Amino acid sequence: MNAIIVSAFLGVVMMFASWSIKGENKQKNIALFGLIFLILANLAQLNGWFVAEVDTNNMLSFTRFGLYTNTLFYCLTLIYIWINGEEISKIGNHAADFYALFFFILCGASILTSFNNLLMLFIGIEILSIPLYILTGSDKKSLFSNEAAIKYFLMGSFSTGILLLGITFIYGATGSFNLIPPDPSVLNEQFMFSAGLILIFAAMNFKVSAAPFHFWTPDVYDGAPTVFTSFMATIAKSAGFIAFINIYLVQYKPFEKTWGIILPLVIISTLMVGNVTAVFQRSVKRMLTYSSIAQAGFMLFALYGTSSFANEGILLYIVVYSLASVGIFAVLVKMKENSFEAFHGLAKTHPLLAFLTTVFLCSLAGIPITGGFFAKYYMINAVLIAGAGIWLVVVAMIFASISVYYYFKLIQAMYFIPGTPAIGELDKSYTYKLAVLAILILVLGVFPNLLFNYLYF
Amino acid sequence: MLLSFILIPFVTALLLLFIKNGKSANTIAIVSTLGTLVAAIVLAGNGAVDFNAPWIPVLHAQFFLHADGLAKILVLLTAISFPAIIIATSQNQPKQKNIFLSLLLFAQNGLMGVFLAGDALLFYFFWELALIPVYFLSSIWGGEKRIAVTFKFFIYTFLGSLMMLIGIVFVYMHTSDQSFLITSFAKANLTAGLQVTAFALFFIAFAIKMPIFPLHTWQPDAYEQSPTAVTMVMSAVMVKMGLYGILRWLLPLFPTAFVAHINVVVILSVIGILYASFIAIRQDDIKRLIAYSSIAHIGLMNAAIFSHLQIGIQGAMIQLFSHGINVLGLWIVADIIEQQTGTRSMQQMGGLAKKQPTLAILLVGFALANIALPLTNAFVGEFLMFNSLFQYNIWVGAAAGVSIILAAIYTLNMVQKVAYGEVSTQINQMQTINKPAQIVLIVLLIIVFVTGVFPQPLFDLTADSLQQIFVK
Repeated sequence: MNAIIVSAFLGVVMMFASWSIKGENKQKNIALFGLIFLILANLAQLNGWFVAEVDTNNMLSFTRFGLYTNTLFYCLTLIYIWINGEEISKIGNHAADFYALFFFILCGASILTSFNNLLMLFIGIEILSIPLYILTGSDKKSLFSNEAAIKYFLMGSFSTGILLLGITFIYGATGSFNLIPPDPSVLNEQFMFSAGLILIFAAMNFKVSAAPFHFWTPDVYDGAPTVFTSFMATIAKSAGFIAFINIYLVQYKPFEKTWGIILPLVIISTLMVGNVTAVFQRSVKRMLTYSSIAQAGFMLFALYGTSSFANEGILLYIVVYSLASVGIFAVLVKMKENSFEAFHGLAKTHPLLAFLTTVFLCSLAGIPITGGFFAKYYMINAVLIAGAGIWLVVVAMIFASISVYYYFKLIQAMYFIPGTPAIGELDKSYTYKLAVLAILILVLGVFPNLLFNYLYF
Repeated sequence: MLLSFILIPFVTALLLLFIKNGKSANTIAIVSTLGTLVAAIVLAGNGAVDFNAPWIPVLHAQFFLHADGLAKILVLLTAISFPAIIIATSQNQPKQKNIFLSLLLFAQNGLMGVFLAGDALLFYFFWELALIPVYFLSSIWGGEKRIAVTFKFFIYTFLGSLMMLIGIVFVYMHTSDQSFLITSFAKANLTAGLQVTAFALFFIAFAIKMPIFPLHTWQPDAYEQSPTAVTMVMSAVMVKMGLYGILRWLLPLFPTAFVAHINVVVILSVIGILYASFIAIRQDDIKRLIAYSSIAHIGLMNAAIFSHLQIGIQGAMIQLFSHGINVLGLWIVADIIEQQTGTRSMQQMGGLAKKQPTLAILLVGFALANIALPLTNAFVGEFLMFNSLFQYNIWVGAAAGVSIILAAIYTLNMVQKVAYGEVSTQINQMQTINKPAQIVLIVLLIIVFVTGVFPQPLFDLTADSLQQIFVK
């Protein structure tokens, strides 16, 4: 509860800060301090030092897993703002507004890690989504950004409608919004219950951009300002995954036979659409959006989980994928254009930056000694332990090797093709910040268990 | 002790990144690789050694290194190859020498890890680590078509290793104590059906790496386009990773599935041998000729291993070492000629014996070893391997035996074109070859004949591994 209250409060604080405190740097620092405070508040609950008691009628329940996930989200946001602060202030006139939106998104994410009730799921998703629509359209003078925002808003609303319909069906079948799986004998309308589950499944797929509900993703991610794409594709999307897992893996696992048939189809089509389309992209940004669809396919494997591999794996995947994506988008922000040609010869002029980009790309591709390898490893292990059939993993791995094709195309552009890179001004300190990301990825690539040490106590 | 094989190359490689001076970088690399060589010789003289440290406790993965005979012989080969390669090619390394050497040493680090790892996850780790530096080396400093060719090689191998990863997880799930150790893997309760699945997943990775017949298409291009030092690493050491994988992991872990697939694999290998030999005859490019000849030799080793007879496997273990030495010698000679004449076409060579008698003698020496003439090291291994193939099936043995004749045709043809005849204009440009390269070649040639005449140390070295495979 601490985190939900504090994040909402901080959101309001940042809104006021936008006119009462001048200077973008100051505003950024306030946001960073706020985040640290948020992390401390959340840790206070995690360790039972101080817990704000609010009677929610069991609509929210705070598990260790949920609270730990919160911490990870906040830390990732902290890193994200620390790196991208300058770029954020370049967009629009009031940077503090964006920070306020980030805090609201985090508030939604905190609800999504702890909901125990379908209405709370709905509220969490809406609190998360509406700021995202605004962030997408934040570059008011760009037509692409406006188009993306409208598209996202319309399609997002539509999927919310589907979500609500699903919730209604489940309410009709069980007579309760609570997520506690009903006694099968009480289910008077089995069909209605299954339909509800599948509708919610579809709506959640939309939120995490899994095929065939992915159509909004490329345009929205491409149209949004690159800094915000970075946030949307990583932290915001991961919150959707946690919600997804919370419903289907934790609560509705016993009803797997209704949605379990669709799951492999969704996974394979997501992997196929993401990976195959990414191969043909000419713009790095668009390639990364399709790659984010492809990565979602891998993250969906966690839904098979019957073991700790699934829970741990999704956390590791979220962290590693977010670190790498934040890193690569942070490089992309500095480029003058988004084409592959812009990267030609980067290794000659900016050797360290090129190396760091290589680490991020290798992590996305899942190559050992980067964290991405263990993320994929945990997913494979989860699926195989759940007994989902080895063919699914083999297909996924074939797509993973296709992904190497487009990730390494960027490495080729940087290292092997001579040219002058179209890169803007770059501080030394900016590169060093990215180096911190790369080091985190490499450390998790050799000792992934560092992430889980704190999960169980 | 075992850790030094991982650490020496790794630390030197890191160090080299900061040494801009090409000359001192070269010296450091040579000293480091010679140090590894000394360690390898000491290791070969000792009994089996282990190193164990915890790594990822959640997964029960351990940093477990284990050196038995099979590992030792390949560690020795790696340790000999790297200083030889660095010394012999030190004249024609690219501008950013330190980066080039650093990547080479990272590759050595990965290779050593592959040969020593006794933990499946660690094995997979090093398996990939050996590949990545090679990808960069070839893509940056290779020939004209380098990017596409190396990329094909990379994706091919990566796909294979991902399949192996699934296989590793698959077996891991079936171990009783949830461990990646090779000893636990060997005790995993796999039924015959599950063994076949695991076998297939591992085998794809090894087959691509070797490569076996239908999966070989990446190899000649990659050999041709890579910088020569990298080609040497690939053909002398890296292809051995596949064969090593079969001997270390496939055969002991999935014996039932192994026996069930003997026929398919042997026939594929024999097709590969003949196919590669026939193509080698038609080659004019000396690098491609050596590449195809290498495919044929690797195919023979694979066929002998899959004959599942003790002598065949013994022969293959020795040949792993001998083939590495021979092919290394051939590459170095070919490289010297190419560097000085600027051509790889054998049409344009000729008269080497008149112009450069020493080099010609060395070439002939390695060529004879390539045909496995008695007194050379390859004879010992190949004799045992053909013997096992004849015992396995006389027709298969006969078909594989044809390759001896074919090998003689293309190798002697090469010698004839390059060494004898009129002195061509290109050969006429040649100047004296540098001393270090000459010394390396002479040392290699000495190894060829010493182990050819007196192969007993190699038998002794591999005895324990052989026994382990056949006691089960």
